[in-house]
Amino acid sequence: MDNDMKRAIILDNYSNPKNRGIPDSDGYIKINSNNQSCIDNIDIYVKLKEDKIEDIKFEGEACVIAISSTSILSNMLVGKSIDEAKEIIKNYFNMIEEGEYDKDMLGEANVYEDMYKQPSRKTCATLFIRGINKILDNEKE
Amino acid sequence: MNREDFTILRDSNMVYFDNGATTLKPDSVRDAILKYYNEYTSNIHRGDYENSLKVSGLYEDTRRLVKDFIGAGHSSEIVFTKGTTESLNMIAFGYFRNHLKKGDEILITEMEHASNVLPWFVLSEEIGVVVKYIPLNKNNEVSIDNLESVITNRTKVVSLAHMTNVIGDVRDIKKIARVCHNHDILFVVDAAQSVAHEYINVTDMDVDFLAFSGHKMYGPTGIGVLYGKFDLLKEMKPLNYGGGMNAIFNKDGYIELKDVPDRLEAGTPNIEGVLGLSECIRYINKIGLEKIRNYERSLKDYLIDKLKKLDFIKIYNKTNKGSIVAFNIEGVFSQDTAIYLDKYKICVRAGNHCAKMTKDIFDVANTVRVSLSFYNTKEEIDLLINVLKNSKNIWEEIL
Repeated sequence: MDNDMKRAIILDNYSNPKNRGIPDSDGYIKINSNNQSCIDNIDIYVKLKEDKIEDIKFEGEACVIAISSTSILSNMLVGKSIDEAKEIIKNYFNMIEEGEYDKDMLGEANVYEDMYKQPSRKTCATLFIRGINKILDNEKE
Repeated sequence: MNREDFTILRDSNMVYFDNGATTLKPDSVRDAILKYYNEYTSNIHRGDYENSLKVSGLYEDTRRLVKDFIGAGHSSEIVFTKGTTESLNMIAFGYFRNHLKKGDEILITEMEHASNVLPWFVLSEEIGVVVKYIPLNKNNEVSIDNLESVITNRTKVVSLAHMTNVIGDVRDIKKIARVCHNHDILFVVDAAQSVAHEYINVTDMDVDFLAFSGHKMYGPTGIGVLYGKFDLLKEMKPLNYGGGMNAIFNKDGYIELKDVPDRLEAGTPNIEGVLGLSECIRYINKIGLEKIRNYERSLKDYLIDKLKKLDFIKIYNKTNKGSIVAFNIEGVFSQDTAIYLDKYKICVRAGNHCAKMTKDIFDVANTVRVSLSFYNTKEEIDLLINVLKNSKNIWEEIL
């Protein structure tokens, strides 16, 4: 993927984020995720049904990287089982932290493959998964 | 003006617009600190040799200099602290914890900095005082009518910033003090943002407590001032106990404390900080606060005029008096704007500026803040405007 393509995907997900909004029905688990070192701050709402992620919503104020990655990743995780979701999240974390990861598993989220070059923005790129990880971890216990 | 006094400005082409966070330091402040370490390092109080006597003298001279700078009646009303935050905590926990009771009311605003909010919240938890908010007018300023509308016979404290750090509005401290005292209310002023930009005279303004930091007035970090009227300071309980503040103590636990201000400065103080503070006050006096204020206001008007012409910029404080401008590029998160401006070596702050309650006032929680100082120039503002004009390219630059 070239840089223009990456930029277009990021901006599309920033201008028209998927799954943005506060859910209008019950049954969602809510968690706040914020970057203590900067000002990104979103609420994440997850609806689980029998070990499966049925829906995700989010709302808040955050930068272009945080909003777009929340849009892309939330879209990828809806419909997945908790175990599948955790596998995607693990691979995504590894990509951001320059570890080994399965490129095929990450789809559009590969637009952040160079994020490790901007250490200060790693926290923006992981805002969503740090939040949702807490919810999924609690479900597993 | 006076850019030549700052190595950091001479040696780089950085545009520094984050003076509300901390100001740059002139060479003379650095030199005063170096001189202490290079020529007369020693502890103050009770040294019977030349250097200690000299430094003790310089330390107390600074107290007098601060007293004159803020128009206090007596130098014993000046306490050196770590900064505004520590000063405000001492006011809340050293004084008011022992002088307020359950149900007493404290008035602040939603524009206050965290350090003028959280101590009161904790005091409220601890002793049951009630924190209430003075409603702001349409320019997000404090009016006398609004203040009077929320005063009750249980109101005991009003605690306000002289100048807020989000939109830079300057409060009429003297008028507010008069209203407070008509109702037997004590008035606490957070002067962190104003001390280097606005004229302060605590006697004329008749404030009861005042707090500020050295590092926002061209001085070093880690040094600040607590001013309190003598009769109030006398009643303040120290939060720290140790050397330098006791007169006598015995094996049976008997302690006799020194008088104020010494009893409120336990332990070896920040001597280099005090000497740096001394130099930055001299520096400000040399230029003149009146001149600084007029120049900064003209710069701010210039910036507002230019920003108004950009239709994709939303300005949050067009009319406030201080040297701060808060804005956003339409559709761009403030932090992304700050990262973009940094590509052109323009330093601004993005965020809620530690005033997290402003999200209930503006339609957004976060803004880009330009806070000006006398060393900023119209040319720097022109550069900012040009970079903003080209911000259609922002995503190519930062993604």
